[in-house]
Amino acid sequence: MAETSRSPGAPALTGLDAVPGVAKPDPILIADGVVRRFGGLTAVDVDHLEVPRGCITSLIGPNGAGKTTFFNLMTGFDTPTAGSWQFDGHDLHGVAAYKVARFGMVRTFQLTKALMRMSVLENMKLAAVDQPGERLATSLVSSLWRKRDDEVEQAAKELLHRFRLDHMADEFAGTLSGGQRKLLEMARSLMVKPTMVMLDEPMAGVNPALTESLLQHVKDLPGLGMTVLFVEHDMDVVMDISDWIIVMAQGEIIAEGPPASIASNRAVIDAYLGAHHEDKSVFDEGPAKIAIPGGAEASDWAAARAREERDQ
Amino acid sequence: MDVMQIIGTGLTAALGPVGAFYALAAMGLNIHYGYTGLLNFGQVAFMMVGGYGMAISVAIFELPFLVGVLIGLAAAAVLALILGIPTLRLRADYLAITTIAAGEILRLLINSSPATQFTGGPFGLPSQVSDNRRFTTTFLEWNPIPAGDYGFSTIKFNATSLWLLVVLWLLVALTAWAIHAIMRSPWGRVIKSIREDEDAARSLGKNVFVYKMQSLVMGGLLGGLAGIGMSLTLSNANPVNFLPQVTFFAFTIMILGGAATVTGPVAGSIAFWFLVAGLDQAIRDAGMLPSGTEGAFRLAFVGLGLMLLIVFRPQGILGNKQELMLNG
Repeated sequence: MAETSRSPGAPALTGLDAVPGVAKPDPILIADGVVRRFGGLTAVDVDHLEVPRGCITSLIGPNGAGKTTFFNLMTGFDTPTAGSWQFDGHDLHGVAAYKVARFGMVRTFQLTKALMRMSVLENMKLAAVDQPGERLATSLVSSLWRKRDDEVEQAAKELLHRFRLDHMADEFAGTLSGGQRKLLEMARSLMVKPTMVMLDEPMAGVNPALTESLLQHVKDLPGLGMTVLFVEHDMDVVMDISDWIIVMAQGEIIAEGPPASIASNRAVIDAYLGAHHEDKSVFDEGPAKIAIPGGAEASDWAAARAREERDQ
Repeated sequence: MDVMQIIGTGLTAALGPVGAFYALAAMGLNIHYGYTGLLNFGQVAFMMVGGYGMAISVAIFELPFLVGVLIGLAAAAVLALILGIPTLRLRADYLAITTIAAGEILRLLINSSPATQFTGGPFGLPSQVSDNRRFTTTFLEWNPIPAGDYGFSTIKFNATSLWLLVVLWLLVALTAWAIHAIMRSPWGRVIKSIREDEDAARSLGKNVFVYKMQSLVMGGLLGGLAGIGMSLTLSNANPVNFLPQVTFFAFTIMILGGAATVTGPVAGSIAFWFLVAGLDQAIRDAGMLPSGTEGAFRLAFVGLGLMLLIVFRPQGILGNKQELMLNG
C-alpha cells in the first residue's frame, strides 16, 4: 500500500544530505532567519529551512518546541521578531493571514475550528475562492452569484463525499464528533484549492478507524498537486507517511532528513528523551531508539521504510 | 382597571412608530451581534448621530429634509468607521467598551453648553428655533393622511402617528427583505463565519476586517435611521432620549425576538413594547405606585423580564434552540 502512494516530489529528495537547512531541488517554502521571541523566551529561531514541493513533510518535536508558533508565523497569524520567508515566489513577510491563504498556503488548527452554528455544507462553501456573492454590492442580487454558488456547492458535495461526510451535509458542524470535525477542517481547506496545506496535528484525538481514513486523505494530496507540511506527535503516522521529516527542539531545527535517517539521529533522540539518557539505564539493551506508542520502535519503522524504498 | 385600555395602550405603542423605530435599531444590532458577533453596546450612539445629524441640518442649517436624513445617515456611517478602525482589529471586548463610552461621550457633548447653539443643549432641538424651522415640518407637510383619529376600540392613532408608523414600518419591511437577501448570500456566509471563528475565516482567505467594518457600518446606518425615526416621532431631539438604556432595550428586543433571525427583532419589538406600555398603563390605572416612579418600575421590569427570558427561552420567540445549544 505504502509503496504505491509515494509522493511525486519524493524521488528528488534521495541523496540529499540529512543536515538542518539543506537545500532542496525545488522548495515551495523557504524560511531565513525567522525568529520569534515572547519577552525573554525564544519560541522560534529557524536559521534556514526549505520545504520540498510535492512532498509530505512532517514537522516533529517535543511539546513546546515551537512547531505551532512556526506555523503561525509562516501563515501570517503571528509576526516574527526577525526573518523573512518566501512561499512559491511570494515574499510573505508582513502579509496578512487571509492573503497568505489566497496565495495558496492554507492551514488547519490544532484546536479544530469547525464553524459550529453553520451547516457542514456551508462550512465547505465558505472556503471556496472567487465568489462574486461575497462582495456586499453583488450579494443583494442572487442572479449575480447564483451560477458560481452552484458550482461551489457541487465541488463541496464532491469533497464531502470523498471525506465520507456527505450524510452530514445539512447538519450543524457543531453536531459532528471531534474526528469528523478534523475531517471537515481538512476537506474545507481543500476547497480553497491550495498549493500547500499546513496541517497542525490533524490526527490528535481521532479514533484509530478515522485516523486510517484521514491518513489516506493526506497521502493522496501530493498526487493532487499539493505540498503537505504537518505537525504530528504520533510516530507511527509520521514514519508511515512522511517523505521528509524536520525536527524542532527549543525553537531550532535540530535535524532533518528522510524517515530512516531521523529515527537513528542522536540529536533527535536527545531532544525527545533528554541528553543524559546514556548514563542511566533508560534502555535495557542495544543502541538508543525512539519509543513508539504501541510497542514498535522508530528504527524498525525506518528499516521497513528503507526496504520499501529499495524494493521500488 | 380597564383591561381593554391596557391592551389598547400596549398595542398602540407596539404597532405605532415606537415599535417600528426600535425594530430598526434592533435589526441593526442584530447585524452586529446576531450575525457578525460584534458586541456593540452603544447602538444609541448611532441613533444619536442619526437623529441629531438630521435635526441640526434641517433646523439650524435649514437644509431640505431629505438632505438632512442623508447627513444623519452619513454621520452614523462615519461614527462606525471612527469606532471600527481602531477596535475591529482587537478582541470583541474592546468594541463593547468603546461603543458604550462613545454613546455617553456623545450625549454629554450634545448636552454641554458650547454645543447649545447647534444642539439646544439640555432643552433639545426644536426649543431653540422658531416654529417654521422645526425639523419635522417638511415630513409632516408630506403627510397625505387627512387630519383625524384612526384605529378601532382602544387603539388610537392621530394622522401624524399614522403617517409615521406607515413610513417606519415600510422601512422595517424593506430592511427585513434586504437583510434576508444578504444573509443568505455568500457575503452573509462570510459574516456568520466571522461570528463563529474569525481565525478560521482568515485561514480560508477572507478579509475579516473589511467584513466586520461593512457589518458595523450597515448596523450603524439602521441605528441612524432609527434615531431619525425617534426624533420625528417625539418631534424633538433631546439628550434624555438617548440614555444608555435605549441600547439595552434594543438588546432585549433582539434577544426576545431571536438573535440571528430576520424577523426576530421585529417580533421582539412588538412584543416588548406591548408588554412595557401595557404594564405602564396597568400601573397607572391601579395607582399602586406614587406618580413619577413608573419609569423606575419599568426598568426593573425589563431587567427581570430579560433574566426570565435568558433562563426559560434563551433562543427568543423565533430563534433556533439547537443553534443556540451549539454556541461556543
